[in-house]
Amino acid sequence: MELFWYIIIALVLAIFFVLDGYNFGTGIIHLFFAKKEKDKKVVAKAAGLFWDFNEVWLVAGGGMLFMAFPTFYASVFSGFYLPLIIVLWLIVFRAIGLEFRGQFNNKMWTSIWDTSFGISSLLLALFFGIALGNIVRGVNLGGVENSNSLYEAHYFFLPLWDSSFSPLTEHPGVIDWFTIIIGIIAVVTLAIHGATWIRLKTNASINEKLKKAIFNLNIALAVLTIFSLIIWQIVNPNALTNFIERPYLLIFPILYLIGLIGLFFIKKIKKDVHSFILSTLLIIGGITSSLASIFPVILPSTNPVNDSLTIYNTAASNYGLSVAFNWAIVGIILLAIYIIIQRRLLKGKIDKMDYGH
Amino acid sequence: MEDMIFYDRLQFAFTITFHYIFPQLTMGLSLIIVFFKWKFLRTKIQKYNDAALFFMKIFAINFTMGVVTGIPMEFQFGTNWAKFSELTGGIIGQTLAMEGMFSFFLESSFLALFIFGEKLMGQKLHFLTGFLVFLGSWASGWFILATNAWMQHPVGYEILDNGKFVLENFSELFSNPWLIPAFLHNQFASVVTSAFVVASIGAFYILRNKNLEHGKLFLKTGVIFGLVSSLLVAFPTGDWNAKNVAKYQPAAFAAMEGIFETEDAGAEIVLIGQPNMVEKKLDNKIAVPNILSFLTYQDWNKQIAGMDQFKKEELPDNIPALYYSYHIMVGLGTIFIGIMFLAAFFLWKKKLHTIKPLLWSIMFLVPFPYIANITGWYVAELGRQPYLVYGLLKTSEGVSPTVSSGNTLFTLLGFVGLYMLLGLLFLILVGKTIHQGPKPVKH
Repeated sequence: MELFWYIIIALVLAIFFVLDGYNFGTGIIHLFFAKKEKDKKVVAKAAGLFWDFNEVWLVAGGGMLFMAFPTFYASVFSGFYLPLIIVLWLIVFRAIGLEFRGQFNNKMWTSIWDTSFGISSLLLALFFGIALGNIVRGVNLGGVENSNSLYEAHYFFLPLWDSSFSPLTEHPGVIDWFTIIIGIIAVVTLAIHGATWIRLKTNASINEKLKKAIFNLNIALAVLTIFSLIIWQIVNPNALTNFIERPYLLIFPILYLIGLIGLFFIKKIKKDVHSFILSTLLIIGGITSSLASIFPVILPSTNPVNDSLTIYNTAASNYGLSVAFNWAIVGIILLAIYIIIQRRLLKGKIDKMDYGH
Repeated sequence: MEDMIFYDRLQFAFTITFHYIFPQLTMGLSLIIVFFKWKFLRTKIQKYNDAALFFMKIFAINFTMGVVTGIPMEFQFGTNWAKFSELTGGIIGQTLAMEGMFSFFLESSFLALFIFGEKLMGQKLHFLTGFLVFLGSWASGWFILATNAWMQHPVGYEILDNGKFVLENFSELFSNPWLIPAFLHNQFASVVTSAFVVASIGAFYILRNKNLEHGKLFLKTGVIFGLVSSLLVAFPTGDWNAKNVAKYQPAAFAAMEGIFETEDAGAEIVLIGQPNMVEKKLDNKIAVPNILSFLTYQDWNKQIAGMDQFKKEELPDNIPALYYSYHIMVGLGTIFIGIMFLAAFFLWKKKLHTIKPLLWSIMFLVPFPYIANITGWYVAELGRQPYLVYGLLKTSEGVSPTVSSGNTLFTLLGFVGLYMLLGLLFLILVGKTIHQGPKPVKH
């Protein structure tokens, strides 16, 4: 049951990053590539049309995490207190940027919200990457000092950063050079994803330019990926043991690689839908590989005093999980029906679509 | 520690108060939109469809605001109330996760279709998507109220040695005796809010002498929905809730009603009075003898426990706030019934749109249903104090052990600033929509 819920939640969150990921990505593209008003409008529309539907995946994923792994939810949310609240603020900023830019036809007005949308998207992508970096790096659970737990075994509190910015000290902050690099990887990945989405859904005049941008960003991503594997070894020498002991987990990094290599052939691939699928693989592969590398741990402990948090020692009761299993099956079927109906009715390029609210 | 609980409570109170402005409108408005769309399908008169599309725009703005202010609510369980989340997540996580799964997905999937799909799907399907949005928004209310009902009157649980609450019986979460009255009371109250909004926009158009045809339709619909719902809020649902509080949270009941001392025979109902916490009595009291006993137990002489019957630790920690919230809610509810009754009378006489003072009152009363709804929530939440889970888990035992009060104060100030900006933009946006009026806008 724990495993089932772990997979479901990972899936919901991965879908959130695929769906809302292209919104973050369009925001980043918007910031750097869309210079003409016409393009800005189309790009903002490519994100604005679906963001509230996409955001719901985060709410649903959070709710399930709360239900299935309450101890994990409690310790992570209070431990990463400051970055999470900042993420909340950014989510609000991005949403109002998207919703409000088109409301008045005034240059100053639109440029304020364009900037708000672009910068908050960029920072959100960065912060989500940093969060992932923190999870694979592990934290000082229980706030251990001189082998004494300051709190209960699973509670901790991370400051935003420590003056050394190093992941190797006893008390690293949320931001250090390792998590920053993972954050940059997330930004690049989501920028690629956003670009493929814009190409898929619009006829913007920057689409040709984006083809080249995807290629260049992909080169940067390949370099960063290799670099991150090296520094990951420094931060956590056991980073790859899970894949050696459980070779079937290699499927996840392979998905990532297919996305990464596939995107190099993007210039030869005509169909926009293919490049969107490839960038989706990048995201899903990246997230699942990171999670698989520490499985069944979900938050490694960097001190020897307290045990790491696993899907087993943080889960709710078996009865609760089984009951929820039953309603979740019904929910998933319903959801699949909604999505099929929705996407069938809203398919195609959005330039001509009536966008009213 | 005291500081920590204070700032955590203040932050939660502030963010949920702001959040609750939006869902109370969307829940009620979705019903009225479905009504307009249904009328259009039956009569094919264009103004009904215009009305549905116009209020859909206002709905969409509110829905957006509800989503962005709702995500912090979910986060705060973990960030500020980590201990509470850890101990009870196995139970209230069920209802919260179901809300995401069953209501948000429904609402958000079909809202996009309802907004963009009229030309794509034809009128009948368009009505259906509107109906599904309504269903989603009410389901959302249902799951939130189920969560709250469990905190007010915990059922179906078992407590382990380590203090964790474990779910023992899933179906009891939804057959909780607290749930149905609280849900119906809340839903009808949200219909009151949206009815006032609809009527108020109608009154505004009539007074400004523009969009007259739509204005009259809005006024009429708002008044009819307003009268029916404000009556239903008072009776049977309000009455039913009060009886539940008397039965399950007698200390809260005494504080709400302002009964400091137990009377030997029959409790009076307090209409006006200010709690004096030093002398433990009500100042400037106007009360009617024996009515409260009758209303609660249908027995004029039944004794009702006053606050003197409870230990200090069992009493709500802010009695005046609870007392005033309750009396503001009840007082406003009574005014709404009166105004809507009067408006309905003149509507029946076909004279309502000529009676200026009444139109002005309807227009300017629009903030008050919001106040009534929010004070209603305060009654429930302050009444439950000093517990998070009534009788079982103290509020002071639920806060995050590792987050300092300084951090909470910092984030509270951040929320205040951000929400002020958000509120301003919201008003501009709704104002613009009302100004544009109900005619479909050309693109």
